[in-house]
Amino acid sequence: MNNRLKVLRAERNWSQADLAERLDVSRQSVNAIETGKYDPSLPLAFRIATLFELPIEAIFSVG
Amino acid sequence: MACPASPAKRRYNRRTIKLSLIYAVLLIAAVWLFKHQQVTGPLAWIVAVLPALPIIGIFAAIGVYIVDENDEYLRMLLVRQTLYASGITLSIATVWGFLESFGMVGHVEAYHAAILWFASFGTGSIINRVTEGTWS
Repeated sequence: MNNRLKVLRAERNWSQADLAERLDVSRQSVNAIETGKYDPSLPLAFRIATLFELPIEAIFSVG
Repeated sequence: MACPASPAKRRYNRRTIKLSLIYAVLLIAAVWLFKHQQVTGPLAWIVAVLPALPIIGIFAAIGVYIVDENDEYLRMLLVRQTLYASGITLSIATVWGFLESFGMVGHVEAYHAAILWFASFGTGSIINRVTEGTWS
């Protein structure tokens, strides 16, 4: 699974810690998702999409 | 960069520290009582089992931690860590059991399985660090 999390975060000048706080997850989680080591659950993917005000498929894609 | 422990991890740490202290006290007391022949009969059975209870409590605390952890990635790492611990322990115990039954090695008390599990639990954390880049 590919994702644009790092780009979207950079566009907002958020650090990984900033994004982690907004999503109520650990910084390790954000880092693992960004680097493709971990694919988030559907509920977390929805939280990410809601935060960035984008549809899930605009953030995540099958790679 | 080091990350602060999650609230669930902090609660788990507090529980295991308390249970470890209780274990130390009960173990010292049980060894003293048996050494000085202070217990016999049914009481001896109870005293002999007492040090095992906080160890069982630590296993339960790990289970509670898995349920408590809200962060799904950290929970996944913890589950992996416990699976490594269980897999390593059961594998070594199985091999040792066959070696023992064929008279190749000496007898080892069963509680060593718990010691081996905790050592393997630590190994699981190291494996997570190496493969995932973060401690669990």
